[in-house]
Amino acid sequence: MLSRTADSLYWVSRYVERAEYLARILDATTRLTNLPSAYGGAGTEWQSAVATAGCEDTFAKAYGEANERNVCDFLSFNPDNPSSIRNCFALARSNARAVRTALTSEMWDALNGAWLELQRFERKRMDREEFARFLDWVKGVSLAFDGSAYRTMLRDDGYWFSRLGVNVERADNTARILDVKYHVLLPETEQVGGSLDYFQWTTMLREVSALTAYHWVYRQAVKPTLIADLLILNRRMPRSLASCYENISRFLDQIGDAYNRHGPAQRQARRTLTNLANTPIEAVLQRGLHEFIEDFITENNRLGNVIVEQYLQ
Amino acid sequence: MVAFDEMTGGEGGLRAAYGELDRWLKEAPPEMLALRRSQAELFFRRIGITFAVYGDEESTERLIPFDIIPRVLTKPEWTKLEKGLRQRVTALNMFLADVYGPQECLKAGIIPPDLVYRNACYQLQMVDFQVPHGIYCHIAGIDIVRVDADTFYVLEDNARTPSGVSYMMENREVMLRLFPELFATHRVAPVDNYPDQLLATLRSVAPRTASSDPTICLLTPGQYNSAFYEHSFLADKLGVELVEGSDLLVKDDVVYMRTTQGPKRVDVIYRRIDDDFIDPLVFRSDSVLGVPGIIGAYKAGNVTLANAVGTGVSDDKAVYSYMPEIVKFFTGEEPILKNVPTYRCREREANAYVLDNLEKLVVKEVNGSGGYGMLVGPHASKQQIDTFRKKLKAQPEGFIAQPTLALSTCPTFVASGVAPRHVDLRPYVLSGANGISCVPGGLTRVALKEGSLVVNSSQGGGTKDTWVLDA
Repeated sequence: MLSRTADSLYWVSRYVERAEYLARILDATTRLTNLPSAYGGAGTEWQSAVATAGCEDTFAKAYGEANERNVCDFLSFNPDNPSSIRNCFALARSNARAVRTALTSEMWDALNGAWLELQRFERKRMDREEFARFLDWVKGVSLAFDGSAYRTMLRDDGYWFSRLGVNVERADNTARILDVKYHVLLPETEQVGGSLDYFQWTTMLREVSALTAYHWVYRQAVKPTLIADLLILNRRMPRSLASCYENISRFLDQIGDAYNRHGPAQRQARRTLTNLANTPIEAVLQRGLHEFIEDFITENNRLGNVIVEQYLQ
Repeated sequence: MVAFDEMTGGEGGLRAAYGELDRWLKEAPPEMLALRRSQAELFFRRIGITFAVYGDEESTERLIPFDIIPRVLTKPEWTKLEKGLRQRVTALNMFLADVYGPQECLKAGIIPPDLVYRNACYQLQMVDFQVPHGIYCHIAGIDIVRVDADTFYVLEDNARTPSGVSYMMENREVMLRLFPELFATHRVAPVDNYPDQLLATLRSVAPRTASSDPTICLLTPGQYNSAFYEHSFLADKLGVELVEGSDLLVKDDVVYMRTTQGPKRVDVIYRRIDDDFIDPLVFRSDSVLGVPGIIGAYKAGNVTLANAVGTGVSDDKAVYSYMPEIVKFFTGEEPILKNVPTYRCREREANAYVLDNLEKLVVKEVNGSGGYGMLVGPHASKQQIDTFRKKLKAQPEGFIAQPTLALSTCPTFVASGVAPRHVDLRPYVLSGANGISCVPGGLTRVALKEGSLVVNSSQGGGTKDTWVLDA
């Protein structure tokens, strides 16, 4: 297939996945700020949301204070924020439009319909309830798009490149959630293991739809170590780094088999997957979660670049 | 000026071809028509059939209004039209081969040489170059207007990159969905084999260096082009890659596409990019839409461009006025399709007449298209007429003029109900190594404003499904 087509399919999926991730961050942050002040919330939740989205600089330039209104506007609708939900949908649709024929009509419908409906949302100022509905809608769009890709796409290189986009983006997002929550969220004076701490960790699990899974897997109270284990190493958890890399490696191998040639992308994905499989969670924490995550994000970006070099240009 | 109505015949009667449709229209409640129309619009919007209007800041994507009442042509009407179209396109191709080759028609004085040599679309690159299989204009769109029961005129030949064929196909698709009952009572000739015919045409003109299964692609300027929807629609129906300039590269005079498995050789390019933009090394050097080196590959005989470079010399409005003579010279036959009587403003007497009668005439720029740069005398303000008077005096050779034609009308569903509106017709004619083909009908464009004669989509025109009745 055309490199540009593969590139667009890859990015359409990345942008849709990113939009969903932003919706999840905003949803979780709203929940965190609902915490009664008696629990001593530090008031840095909105700042942390911006950090989790990885766009602190752009935000600081466009707004002053990180409060609910500013952050919600910035991450949802601001046309100047390249990674706002609005722009993610706009970019996804414009990529999709450029390769219309490589998408199934169901996938196009999900994106084009979302783009048309989005105009309705952004015109008015929303109260909290409406905003919550909007976030649900965003997650619904992502589900509909993902589901239609899964159910209607021919299983060939187009599908594999689109799945690669989902998983590379998802790995990045999961890593960022882990990193920011671990460092920014918890005020230094707050005791680890306190109720604020507990509330924040469970919120984080909710953010990635993993609270129920956590209880099924570990059958005990929420602990940072186990959360890290679930989100980094547990292959049964679909958002974990290990699970994302299992998928990435599989889809890259399928592409390599179909094209009769394996290259640097396959090798690097396999290496990361093996590292994740051979590292116990204790070793991760001993080295420092933050350092581990930073390295991972760098590696994941590097894989993205290798995929681009090998296939997409 | 009373227009010929294709349903009533102009005298409140009813022409046979419209019998069933008339009965159906009388029985159909207006609410139902309104409902179906909004369903049609929804259908078009959902699948994204949009076009861009240049210079329109407000919206980059608009729908072309679709009218749900079909336009009906009888088999004998179509048969005659088709014969005329084949003859016309044959002559266009022979004319192009001649002006870039032996130039017999210039020597014979059929057309003034400066109309060719000084034509901005005459490409010196093409002189004495043998195009693959001798075909220049593979895809032509010939604009036809009707003035009475028997007379069809050619209004314009489009020999560069004519668009609109996707609307022809999607209009039929939406009609089949919304009005299955009408297709049960009419034997409508199908149009859905157009992509097959187009693919066969493109395959037939592959260069001799290509394998028996040539690689074909469709070259688009990209998604901001007004006809992008059509480009992606056609690539999909043809089953070929839709490429942008940056997807192609030229090495050692061979064109390749960049694919996920490395460069892949391309044999035939159905290009929807104008000559000026196709190769920055040869034409406009500021073009980022084209492919550097593609003309080199073309001239080395390693790739076929459809349409050929330089076809624009055959379809401008000054050359148009000589088409009857051109058809006669090359085919040895009387032209089956007439031209609209045309005043060539380059001729002193004609220009004097045009200047005296501006309020009665339609004046067109020789190189204009799409309804831009045109004066419709009877509908123009005094100021507009004065502007054109100045233009005509300053540069008479830049214009032609034609009498205002009473374009035929067809019943159309408008705000006030069903009313006659003026229409034209663009059939698509394909020329390949194995001959000419033409699907029955074409794209009917309709001027939705009462009394308006301008059918261009950029000027508020709409489209209709066009039926050729088989029985």
